[in-house]
Amino acid sequence: MATLNFELVSPERVLFSGEVDAVVLPASEGDMTVLPGHAPLMTTLKTGFLVITTKVGNGRRVLVRGGFADINQSGLKVLAERAMPEEEITSEALDREILQAQMIYDASNDLSVKHAAEAALAQLQEAKEALSY
Amino acid sequence: MPSLKDLRNRIASVKATQKITKAMQMVAAAKLRRAQTAAEAARPYAERMAEVLGNLASGVTIGPETPRLLAGTGSDKVQLLIVCTAERGLCGAFNSSISRLARDHANRLLAEGKTVKIICVGKKGYDILRRQFAENIIDLVDLRSVRQVGFEQADMIAQKVLGLFEAGEFDVATLFYAQFKSVISQIPTAQQILPAQIEASGTTAIYDYEPAEEEILATLLPRNFTVQIFRALLENAASEQGARMSSMDSATRNAGEMIKKQTMTYNRSRQAMITKELIEIISGAEAL
Repeated sequence: MATLNFELVSPERVLFSGEVDAVVLPASEGDMTVLPGHAPLMTTLKTGFLVITTKVGNGRRVLVRGGFADINQSGLKVLAERAMPEEEITSEALDREILQAQMIYDASNDLSVKHAAEAALAQLQEAKEALSY
Repeated sequence: MPSLKDLRNRIASVKATQKITKAMQMVAAAKLRRAQTAAEAARPYAERMAEVLGNLASGVTIGPETPRLLAGTGSDKVQLLIVCTAERGLCGAFNSSISRLARDHANRLLAEGKTVKIICVGKKGYDILRRQFAENIIDLVDLRSVRQVGFEQADMIAQKVLGLFEAGEFDVATLFYAQFKSVISQIPTAQQILPAQIEASGTTAIYDYEPAEEEILATLLPRNFTVQIFRALLENAASEQGARMSSMDSATRNAGEMIKKQTMTYNRSRQAMITKELIEIISGAEAL
């Protein structure tokens, strides 16, 4: 079966690099799954979970906050503004992120910025609830 | 002829200085390793960013719709120089060579009749440039309290500069920093970062854009700007430690040589003193 060359980088480090079966992206206009042979596409990302599938039924989740994805013949590149693998997520780190999103929401008067911050906030809160299970 | 006590004091003081320079060298070596790994870890992101922008730029033709960050304001009257230097001295020619490059650039622009504005990142460059360009410096970014430069600092500087750009305060921005080649070689570099210089890649893939092309460019360009500044800061941090390490190394060596020379003079004059005393005693005895 064909595989997809996938790279996930944040400003501080490379989080993932290698061949995968599929990647679910939290694209800004709705979640999407990228499979091998996807048409060239560029999209921005919102806050949410990115799921990397290397084997069927085996996904790794990474929380990304904003960023950018580039799909072309050579594979998928994700430039995340911030990225946190699932193993590293703690409720303290999430609280910090939530606080920051809250600050962006409060500080801005721009409706679209406010909207994006609100969505990010909801996503983060959801992640936090999932964590406490 | 200095007395023996003077010589002893001098040797002791040079030894104390040598200890300090030796310690600074070792601290710089440890910090250099950290700075270097940070710079290397940040490199993939900057490279991918350049690739993605290249892909994007090859599909976009510059027109009135193009964001100004890419197309520029169509003028180059007001030039902004962002000069990144260190917060501390004692690192050889590091600060002065960056400042000299910036100064030459500023002088050339002024001679061409352009307006020059300067933002200093790091206190040392500010101290040097202040003498000549006091009225051109519009801001000083102090990173003194920051132990390890992170993305936040770069973002803070980028937001500041982008704010000025949006307000129409300048047309072209150039970034000055030292590129880290090796411990003994750091190259002062000037890089134009606004309007963005993007090499269009050769691929002619027809992309789908989500959201529209212009919107993506509008979010990606400011981010690219931040990344460029981040990279410059990291390169600078590594260069600073490298420069400090090599200059402290030569200082330690110089101190060693000085101690050797002084000890030699000290021993000579001590021996001369003893010989003189002996002669005095012997000639006194002979006179009797």
